[in-house]
Amino acid sequence: MKTIASATLALLLLARAETANAQNRTAVDAGRDQYQYSCAICHGRGPGNPGTVALQAKYGGKSPALLEDRTDLTSGTVRFFVRRGVSIMPFFRKTEVSDADLNAIAAYLTRPRDATSSAPAALPR
Amino acid sequence: MAIPPGVRAADWAAALKQFIDVLGSQWVFTSDEDVALYRDAYSPFWGEPEERLVSAAVAPDTTEQVSQIVKIANRYRIPLFSISTGKNLGYGGSAGNVSGTVIVDLKRMNRVIEVDDERYFAIVEPGVAYFDLYRHIQDRKLKVWIDTPDPGWGSVVGNSLDHGVGYTYGVYRDHFHSHSGLEVVMPNGEIVRTGMGALPGSKTWGEYRYGFGPTIDGLFAQGNVGIVTKMGFHLMPAPEAYQTSVVSVPKRRDLIPLVKIVNELEYSGAIGMPQYGSAVGGFGPPNPALAALLNRPTNPTDEELDQYAASQNRPYWRCELQWYGPASVIATQMEYAKARLRSIPGAAFTDGPLLQFPLTAEQLDRVHKVAIGIPNMAIFSIGARSPLNPSPSDGHLWFSPIIPKSGEAILEAQRVFMDVFRQMGMPSLTTPFSTPATWMYRAFVFIMGFPVYRNNPAQNKKTRDVFDRLIKAAAEHGWGEYRTPPAFQDAVMSTYNFNNHALLRVHETIKDALDPNGILAAGRAGIWPKHLRKAR
Repeated sequence: MKTIASATLALLLLARAETANAQNRTAVDAGRDQYQYSCAICHGRGPGNPGTVALQAKYGGKSPALLEDRTDLTSGTVRFFVRRGVSIMPFFRKTEVSDADLNAIAAYLTRPRDATSSAPAALPR
Repeated sequence: MAIPPGVRAADWAAALKQFIDVLGSQWVFTSDEDVALYRDAYSPFWGEPEERLVSAAVAPDTTEQVSQIVKIANRYRIPLFSISTGKNLGYGGSAGNVSGTVIVDLKRMNRVIEVDDERYFAIVEPGVAYFDLYRHIQDRKLKVWIDTPDPGWGSVVGNSLDHGVGYTYGVYRDHFHSHSGLEVVMPNGEIVRTGMGALPGSKTWGEYRYGFGPTIDGLFAQGNVGIVTKMGFHLMPAPEAYQTSVVSVPKRRDLIPLVKIVNELEYSGAIGMPQYGSAVGGFGPPNPALAALLNRPTNPTDEELDQYAASQNRPYWRCELQWYGPASVIATQMEYAKARLRSIPGAAFTDGPLLQFPLTAEQLDRVHKVAIGIPNMAIFSIGARSPLNPSPSDGHLWFSPIIPKSGEAILEAQRVFMDVFRQMGMPSLTTPFSTPATWMYRAFVFIMGFPVYRNNPAQNKKTRDVFDRLIKAAAEHGWGEYRTPPAFQDAVMSTYNFNNHALLRVHETIKDALDPNGILAAGRAGIWPKHLRKAR
C-alpha cells in the first residue's frame, strides 16, 4: 500500500513538473515569437542589425553581441532597457510591447539553455 | 499625473472616466511610468522645462472609439495629439507640440484591410508598420512591392502623413503622393471618407484618389484638423529583376552635367531613384591635407578640391543608378543611360549584378534592401555604437531643407551651410563632398542629422541655435524645410510667409472653422488654435 502511495505521489510530482515545464516552454516559445517581431529587427543575427553591431562594439567580444546568446541577462535587465532605452534605441510603449509581451521576451532571453525551444526561428524575409 | 493646461480638475477627472468607459482602463494610460513612455526619445529639450511632456495617453482600437474619444475631448476641451506607431524619431517621436496633451495612440489599429496584387493597392490602418505590411504581402505570396522608408518600423499611414519618402520609383517613393483616399475622424468626432471612399460601397477607394469635387486630403498631412484612421496606397508591381550601375565623374563641377542628365533619365522613367555620393570625403577623420583645406576661414576653391580628389586617385562624384523590370529592358535602359552619361569626360561605370527575383539568401544580405522594398533597420547602424562611432549620441534631429534638383544648387548649399557652421562655431555637418538625399521625386533634400544628448543640455542648446540659424540661412537662399521637429515648426512655418503669412492665415481660418475648440494637435506645423495663437 505504501509502495502504491509513493508511486502515485511520484507520478503526481512528475506530472506537475511536466506541466510546469510545458508552461515554461509555452512562455519561452511565446517570448521567442515576440522577440522575433519586436527585437530581432535590430538585435537579430547577421548583417544589418544595428543592435547587434552596437553590442559587439560595446563588449568587444567579452559578452555575446547577439542577445539570444547571452546567458547573463535577468528579467529586470530586459525590462529596464525596453522601458528606458539606451543610446539611440528608444523606449517602447505598452501598445508596442505590452507587459505580457515583455514578460514573454524576458522569459525567452533568460530561458534555461537546455530548453528544447531555444533555437531562434528564421528571420522573416 | 499632469492636468492639461486650462482644464479644470473636475473636467479632467470626468474626461478620464469617460475615456475609460469607451476603452477600458487597460487602454487609458495615466501613471507616470506609462506616460513617460510617450516622451520624445530624441527631444532636443530632454530634461529641460521646455520639453513637451504629455499628461496621459489613450489607445483606441476602432475608428468609432477614436470618434468617441474626440467627442469627449471636445466636451471638456482636452488637447489631443494622435500618433500612429510613434516612430517619427528625429521629427518629434510620440510627443505632441504642447505639454499636457493627451496622446491618441493608434498602434492597436493595425489591420491590413486589403492588398490587391492585380490592381496594385493597399488599404491599411495607422498602426500598420512597413514591416507588418511587408510580412502580410510575403505571407500571402502577393506579387506586389511596397516602397519603404529607412528605417522600416514606422507607420505606413503616419509616414505618409508627415510627407515621408522611400527608395524606388518616384511615384511610389513620395508616400503621400501615392496615397488614395482617407478615412478621418474630424475634430467634432464625425467620420469622413475622402476620394472614392466617400461613395458607399465604392470599388475603387485604393485606385482613384480624387473622387469628385475639391480634394481636402492635404489638410490631414502635417495638419491638425483630423485623425486619419484608414488610408489607401498605390503599390508597385513586383518586377522580374533589379540592377544597379554606379557612374563616377572626376571633377567637382562635373556634378552639374551629371545631375542634368540623371534628371532627364529619371523623369523619362528610364531609371529608379538615383543616389549621389562622393568617394573622396567619407567617414572618419579627414587626412591632414583635407583638414587644412576644410579648417580655413574661407571655403576651398573648386580647383583646390579637384587637386585633392586627384591626389587621392578618386573620382570626385558618384551616382548609383537603379533599374527594375525584365532583364532585357534593364539592359537596354542601362546602355542608353551610359551612352548619355559618357558625354561627361572621364565618366566610368561599375555595374552591380543582375538580380533575378526571388533572391538567394546571399544576394539578400548584400542588396540595399530598401531599394527593393524590404523594410529593415540597418540605417540605425549609422547612429548606433560601432567601431566608427564608439560614443554614440542619444538620438538625432533632422534638418531637411528642400533645394533645387541641380548640381549648382548642391554646390551652393554646401557653401551656405558650411558658412553657417563656421559662423556658429560648430564642426560642420556639411563638407564639399556632401550630397543631398534624392527621395523626393522632383527636388533634393539636403538633409543633415544633429546628435542630441540626454545628459548634455548645453550641447543641445547649441544645436538648437545652429538649427534655427540654418532655417533662416536656407530661407534667405530660397530653400525651405519639408519636415521638422516640433521645436522648430513655428520657425519653419514663419519662413513660408509670402504676402504677410497668407498661407498660414488660411490654415488658421480652416483650423478655427473645423476645430473651434482647438483640441487637435495644437501647434502642429506652426498652426495654432485661436486661444493659443501668439501675435505675429
